[in-house]
Amino acid sequence: MSVNFLISQAKNIQIVIDQNAAEIEALDQNIGDGDHIFNVQRGLKLVVELEDDIKNLPLQKGLNMIAMKVLSGIGGSSGALFGTFFMSMAKTPDLDKDIDFKKACEMVITGINAMKERGKADVGEKTMMDVLIPVSEKLNELKSGNTDMKEGLSEITKIAEDRMLATKDMLATKGRASFLGERAKGHIDPGARSSQLIIDTICKSLINK
Amino acid sequence: MKKFINNVDDFLKESLNGFGKAHSEIIKVNFEPNFISRKTKTKEGKVSLISGGGSGHEPMHGGFVGHGMLDAACPGFVFSAPTPDQMQAAAEHVDSGAGVLFIVKNYSGDIMNFQMGAEMYSGKNDSIITNDDVAVEDSTFTTGRRGVAATVLVEKIVGSLAENGGSLEECKKLGEKVNKNSGTMGVAFTSCTVPAAGKPTFDIGNDEMEFGVGIHGEPGRKREKIQPSKTIVNNMLEAILDDLKPQKNEKTLLFVNGMGGTPLTELYLVYDDACEILKSKGIEITRSLVGNYCTSLEMQGASITLLKCDEEILKNWDAPVHTAAMRWGM
Repeated sequence: MSVNFLISQAKNIQIVIDQNAAEIEALDQNIGDGDHIFNVQRGLKLVVELEDDIKNLPLQKGLNMIAMKVLSGIGGSSGALFGTFFMSMAKTPDLDKDIDFKKACEMVITGINAMKERGKADVGEKTMMDVLIPVSEKLNELKSGNTDMKEGLSEITKIAEDRMLATKDMLATKGRASFLGERAKGHIDPGARSSQLIIDTICKSLINK
Repeated sequence: MKKFINNVDDFLKESLNGFGKAHSEIIKVNFEPNFISRKTKTKEGKVSLISGGGSGHEPMHGGFVGHGMLDAACPGFVFSAPTPDQMQAAAEHVDSGAGVLFIVKNYSGDIMNFQMGAEMYSGKNDSIITNDDVAVEDSTFTTGRRGVAATVLVEKIVGSLAENGGSLEECKKLGEKVNKNSGTMGVAFTSCTVPAAGKPTFDIGNDEMEFGVGIHGEPGRKREKIQPSKTIVNNMLEAILDDLKPQKNEKTLLFVNGMGGTPLTELYLVYDDACEILKSKGIEITRSLVGNYCTSLEMQGASITLLKCDEEILKNWDAPVHTAAMRWGM
């Protein structure tokens, strides 16, 4: 993982999110208030625009700059959560050394743990954490096991998709959808969908490399 | 979408610019990070009150910055929580050493961003979370009730105590009391349109209303056929009284708040209905507030807030205030 890797992933994700924007917006209008997609799009644009400022920086500095940009430029729950993600990733030890797959897993796990802490949401509450926590658990398994990387990433895309779809029948207990009670049932959580798309994009780009 | 817009991306900036120019005798707008502060410095020893939230609820919160109310307000994008650097910068700007009290509406995004802002601010600070919306069930395991129109009352009443030398602890305690003593219920007839979205947040039939709507057009308790005002107001008050359980002859403040698209004529009609119903239940209304204070863009609809008042609350409610949206006694 390097700053250039992050930027190129942000560009890939931006394309996929834009392609699916209408769907995510509609999901959010069903159970939220429709701001999620704009926040995610604004965040991706800000990160992509950072390219010239950060492309030659060491990873830790780059991550910190992305974190501050995301934190101060997005707003809403997404800004706080994704900002926390990058800020915590930047705190992983030994980032000045070569980042192999295991190290990258460790960074993502650290980031997701911090998001869980910040949002105080766990699995089963109909939020993006329904996708991110199981992904983090799988990464932990891959980190310490001997599974082939591409095989592992393909399993992750499957987990993310299953968990995203599973939010459909959940009652929400956190976030704006929690105000809806039974009426939130029958709709996929927009944060779970956008997170799944992000994970899917990153994994597939690594698998096809 | 029919709105006064030049460019969607400049919507907030241009609106804040206008607000700054229109009220330059009271407030100052700071950009990047965005916050609105009083024109004058916080006096020595006075606790600073900072609130904020997504834009689109005007005059909340910028319209409540000024003598006897807030020291600063942090506006986010329309319906999106502001960012931690805004709260940090606002706190650094207004704190005179007596500490900062953040007033936060109970929405996940607001809570997280204010929390991070508070962590980033090195000075003494504390927070109050408002959650007056009785449309949503409360529970310690969930996000809980939404913070809506009673936030206006909290800001006014705590603002007066802070102006008169109340300590950070005293201000927080009074704020929590006002929040606990108030209940709000909202109804919407139409949706609102977030500028970035360009289309209404939800679809609603010509003869329908959303009972228990939130202040972002997020759905409420149920979708119903529209009814005469008396019936709607009665249902709203029932939900509030169920929750607040006021004593007979208990003094209250009755606050009828417009969502942005309902004329004052109708809000006063709602006030009249509410007075009749409360009177029949032996509840005394000693103070009133009617108008558009906590809005949802151009949404048609209204919320009713009832606040149970003791002497401390009444005294601080009556105290002088001079902000863009609320002014009396000075």
